[in-house]
Amino acid sequence: MAKREVSSKDSGTRDNPRVELVRSEAPSELLRELVAHLRQNRTQLREEWVVRISETRLLTAMTKEEIFAEATSVYDSYVEALETEAFEALQAYARNLSERIIPRGVETHEVVGIVLLLRDVLARSLFAKYQTDFKKLNRILDAYEPAANRIANTVAVGFVQERERVIRQQQEAIRELSTPVLQVRERLLILPIIGVIDPQRARQLTEQLLRGIRTNRAKVVVIDITGVAAMDVTVANHLVQTVEASRLLGATVIVTGLSPEIAQTLVTIGVDLGKMNTVGDLQGGIEQAERLLGYKVVTLAETR
Amino acid sequence: MEVPILKQGEVLIATFQAALSDADLEHLRRGLVQQVVKLRSRGVIVDVTAMDVMDSFASRTLREIAHMIRLRGAETVIVGIQPEVAFAMVQLGLTLEGVATALDLEEGLAYLIQKFKNID
Repeated sequence: MAKREVSSKDSGTRDNPRVELVRSEAPSELLRELVAHLRQNRTQLREEWVVRISETRLLTAMTKEEIFAEATSVYDSYVEALETEAFEALQAYARNLSERIIPRGVETHEVVGIVLLLRDVLARSLFAKYQTDFKKLNRILDAYEPAANRIANTVAVGFVQERERVIRQQQEAIRELSTPVLQVRERLLILPIIGVIDPQRARQLTEQLLRGIRTNRAKVVVIDITGVAAMDVTVANHLVQTVEASRLLGATVIVTGLSPEIAQTLVTIGVDLGKMNTVGDLQGGIEQAERLLGYKVVTLAETR
Repeated sequence: MEVPILKQGEVLIATFQAALSDADLEHLRRGLVQQVVKLRSRGVIVDVTAMDVMDSFASRTLREIAHMIRLRGAETVIVGIQPEVAFAMVQLGLTLEGVATALDLEEGLAYLIQKFKNID
């Protein structure tokens, strides 16, 4: 990058005869001039930007009309951010925009890409305009570059934050769906567990179950782990803790569907099997639960 | 802070308020056993619904209360342990082993009445 002459900001050099003191515009004046230029040439520069976007094959998930509509609003926000330096407002705008385009399948590299393209298009137009006054061009770039960089940064960060928020939301939804606590009779809950249990899921499971016991006033819970292939020692301990915590809320837990591997794990960690009520399969577990609750299931033929 | 002890037929009900000091717990232990003896109660319900944290001293005291009362031939039930408290307790290994527990006052009373029926 070419060396810059001293700008008017550097008042300390007024007494130094070696450096040429340049009487020039204040940075804010430069910025105003720059913003005015960008507004005046809005139509043309925006068009140029949109052309560059399709040349580089970005935003393929959107139609030309959609790109144009979004481009207009992004362009205006960009120029406004340059003018007002209100970067919080810009970040809020970026998150808002992201909320709209993420479901359309727009990726991070596309968003960063188009913002940088706009930066380039605008920078080029500044080169074109001030090419005869190199010193002024330098000063204009001094004003433009930090702001443009900050804008690119802000938009990218806003987009990524929104993406992360969506991912967290989806993960939460998946977790909740995968551990439903079901009431099958008065005072009887079933917790069917399927898939892999990691410590975080195990913890969430326990919390959901305890809340379910209190809400449904359950006296017996059947936890079925037929769908769980393997369990490490940490998770096995979580299971034991779940049983103990349930007891503190006055509920008895019956664990069903233990695979041979899991049975081995439980024996290895030395679980006091007297504390853990286990039955072979879910059907057996429900039948025992019903006995505990004083239910008896008879076929209609028997009662006639 | 004094823990109120109410009489409901053959059952005594002690309701914890939120924060009980170690001295309060000690006081309660002596008071409850004295009342069981004096009123010839057959059952005691300790309601800890208002407790949002249970430490090892409180947990041990509750176990001791239950054991002492059993020596008088009466049964103790701890009721109202909150889900978050239960979770924290088991993580610390405070399981209240050997002490009966129930969801709330209603369940606790039902449990005791059933027990009395079985004995009679």
